[in-house]
Amino acid sequence: MSPDMTAPGMTGTATAPVLELRDVTKTYPSTPPVTALRGVSLTVRQGELVAIVGPSGSGKTTLLHLMGTLDRPTTGRVLLTGLDASAMTDRQVARLRATRIGFVFQQFFLAEHATVLDNVADGLLYAGTPYRQRRELAAEALSSVGLGERLHARPTQLSGGQRQRVAIARALIGRPAIVLADEPTGNLDHATGQSILALLHALHDRGTTILVITHDREIAAHLPRQVDMLDGRIVADTAKPDTVSPAAAASPATAVSPAAAASPATAVSPAAAASPATAASPATAARRG
Amino acid sequence: MTGLIAPVVRRLRPSDLGRVASVGVRTRKVRAALSALGIAIGVAALVAVLGLSSSSQAGLLAQIDRLGTNLLTVTTGKTMFGDTAELPKQAPSMISRIGPVTQVQQTGVTTAKAYRSPLIPAINSNGLSVQAASLDLPRAAGTSLAQGRYLNAATAREPVAVLGAAAAERLGIGRIRVGQRIWVGGQWFYVTGILRPGVLAPEIDTAVLVGFPAAERYLGFGGYPSTIYVRADTSQVDAVHGVLGATANPQAPSEVNVSKPSDALVARAAAQSAFNSLFLGLGAVALLVGAIGVANTMVISVLERRPEIGLRRALGATRGHIRIQFLAEAILLAVLGGAAGVAAGVAATAIYATTKDWSIVIPTVAWAGGFAATILIGAVAGLIPALRAARMPPTQALWSL
Ligand SMILES: Nc1ncnc2c1ncn2[C@@H]1O[C@H](COP(=O)(O)OP(=O)(O)O)[C@@H](O)[C@H]1O
Ligand SMILES: [Mg+2]
Repeated sequence: MSPDMTAPGMTGTATAPVLELRDVTKTYPSTPPVTALRGVSLTVRQGELVAIVGPSGSGKTTLLHLMGTLDRPTTGRVLLTGLDASAMTDRQVARLRATRIGFVFQQFFLAEHATVLDNVADGLLYAGTPYRQRRELAAEALSSVGLGERLHARPTQLSGGQRQRVAIARALIGRPAIVLADEPTGNLDHATGQSILALLHALHDRGTTILVITHDREIAAHLPRQVDMLDGRIVADTAKPDTVSPAAAASPATAVSPAAAASPATAVSPAAAASPATAASPATAARRG
Repeated sequence: MTGLIAPVVRRLRPSDLGRVASVGVRTRKVRAALSALGIAIGVAALVAVLGLSSSSQAGLLAQIDRLGTNLLTVTTGKTMFGDTAELPKQAPSMISRIGPVTQVQQTGVTTAKAYRSPLIPAINSNGLSVQAASLDLPRAAGTSLAQGRYLNAATAREPVAVLGAAAAERLGIGRIRVGQRIWVGGQWFYVTGILRPGVLAPEIDTAVLVGFPAAERYLGFGGYPSTIYVRADTSQVDAVHGVLGATANPQAPSEVNVSKPSDALVARAAAQSAFNSLFLGLGAVALLVGAIGVANTMVISVLERRPEIGLRRALGATRGHIRIQFLAEAILLAVLGGAAGVAAGVAATAIYATTKDWSIVIPTVAWAGGFAATILIGAVAGLIPALRAARMPPTQALWSL
C-alpha cells in the first residue's frame, strides 16, 4: 500500500493484476446492433496509472462500463482482483462496485442538496459503513484532494475543478482496488483539467491504481501507460511495445520514461495539489459558478 | 484488497434508508407537499367525519344517559272509530302498582288557550297548549326548572302556571318578575316558573302547565290524563313496556300508545352515522386521487433522477437498494400526507366537539386505519415507479444526462 517508488509501467509484471479483460466483445442489441468492442484483452496491475485513449465512438466508455461491472460483455471475461465478474449475480457485482471500484465521471454526478462531505460519504453508503465512520473517512478523503476546508460547502458553491475533486474523493473513500475515470477533464477548461491530472498523478504516487479514459492525446501523453483504441479494438499499448503500431510509436508515447512521467507529476506534489491556490482559485470559481 | 472473499450484499441500515428515502422530499419540498396534499385531504376527511360522528354520538348518548333510558310514555291513541281515545282517570294509579315502576306522572290537555294578555287576538295562540300537570312532572320527564318554582300542592289549586321553555319564549317571557301574569282560558294566571328544554319530552316545551285541580276549576278540564310519564327500573323497562298498555286501559289496550323516547334519540344518533357514509365515500375518493398524485410524482421523479440512479448503482447499489429507496420515498410521501391529514382531522373534530361540549372521540379505526391506509397507498403508488427505477440498467441511467 505504501507509495512505491518503482515505476509501475516498467515493473508491472511484479504486482498483482487488479483488472483483467480476456477477449471481451460487446454488441449492443439496438437496431441495427452496434458492436462497440471487438475482442479486447487488457491487464491492469496494482499501482498502475493507465490512459485509454481513442477518438469518440471507439468504445472507451463501453469498455469502462464493462470494467466497472456496470454492464456485461457479450463474450469474453472480466476479472476484478481475480474475481470473475461474468460469473456473478447482479447483487454480487454491486457488492464488487461498492467495495473495490471507484468511479469518476465527466459530469461529476454530485447531489446538489447535500454537502460536499455527505456527497463523499455516500461513496461508502452501499458498503455498509456506519454513517459517522463514513463522514470521518469522507473528511480524510476530501483533505487528500485539497478540499479539507470546504467540507460543508454545497457543490453549487464550488468551481468545476473543485466539483471533480469532490467526485474523486468519493471514488477514493472506500480505498478501491481501482479507480475508473471517464473523461474526468471533459467538462473542465484546460488549466483546471491539468490540475485534476496532477491530482491523479499524486494519488498514483501514493499507490492508487487509476485508469483514465480520454479522447485527448495530450492528456494521455502525460500518463505512464497508454492504451490506444480504435473501432472497438486496442491498437497500441505502451506496456506491450510489440502491439505499438508505427504511427503510435511516433506519438509522444516514447516520451513516457519514468523521468518524463515524473516531470509534470512532481510539479504538483500532493502538497501542491492540496494548496488553496489550485484548489479554490476565485477566478475559476467565478467563471464556473 | 485482492483477496478472493465472496462478496456479500448488505441491506441498508434503517437510518440510511431514511436518508436516501427522504432525498426527494428534502430537495423538492413544494412538489412533495403538493403531491401529499391529496392524501392529506382524504385522510383528514375520513378522520374528521368518523371523529365528528363518534363525538356527536357520544355527546348524544351521554345526554340520553343523563336523562335516563328508563322513561316510557303512555299516550292516548285513536278509538277504532278514529276518535281520540281518553285514558282512564285511574290509569296512573294502576300503573304505579306495577312492581318495577318507580315514578308515574301525567299531563292532560285542556281546551284552553294561553296569551300574553287579553288584548291579543284569539287566533294568535302561538301553537301553545295548556295542560294540566302532576306535581313531580319535570323530574319524570327529564327536565328541570330554569327559573322560579314548579307547581306544588297549594299552587296546583290556584290560577298559577309554569311555562315550557318554548312556551316562555313565544309568550315573550324571558324572566319571571313578581306578579308576572298570562291570560289563560279567559282569566289571569300567575307565572311561577320556566322549565328547561326537555330532550326526552319535547311536547312539554310548548306547554303552559297548570295544576290538575286548577285546570278542572278554572278551565273546564275533564281530568282525564292524555300523557303518562313512567319511570321504571332500567333493567325492567322492556317488561314494563309490555304490560303498560293493558294496565293503563284494561278495556281497550289497543287504544293506548306506549313509547320509549330514548329509543328515538338513539335511532337518531345511528341515522346520523348512516348519513356519514356519503362523506366517507368522498374521503375515499380523495384518497384515491391522492394515491394517483403520489404515483405520478414518483414516476416523474424516477425519470428525472436517472443520473442519480446510475450513480448509486456505480457506488454499489443493488436493484433491491434502488427499489427500496423509491418505494420508501413513496411511502414517506404518503405517510407525511397521512400524518398531516390525521392531525387536521383530529383538530377539526376537537374544535367542533369542544364548541358543542361533546367529549372528543376519535375512533382508533379512524386514525390508525387512516395511517395504515396511507402506508398501503404509498406502497401501491410507489411500486411501479420503484420497479422501473430498479430495472433501469446502470449504463442507461448514467447515459441519460
Ligand atoms: N447503449 C447503447 N446502445 C447502442 N449503441 C451504443 C450504446 N452505447 C454506445 N453505443 C455505441 O457504441 C459505440 C462506442 O461508444 P462509446 O463506448 O460511448 O465510445 P466512446 O466513449 O469511445 O466515445 C458508439 O458507436 C456508440 O454509438
Ligand atoms: Mg465516452
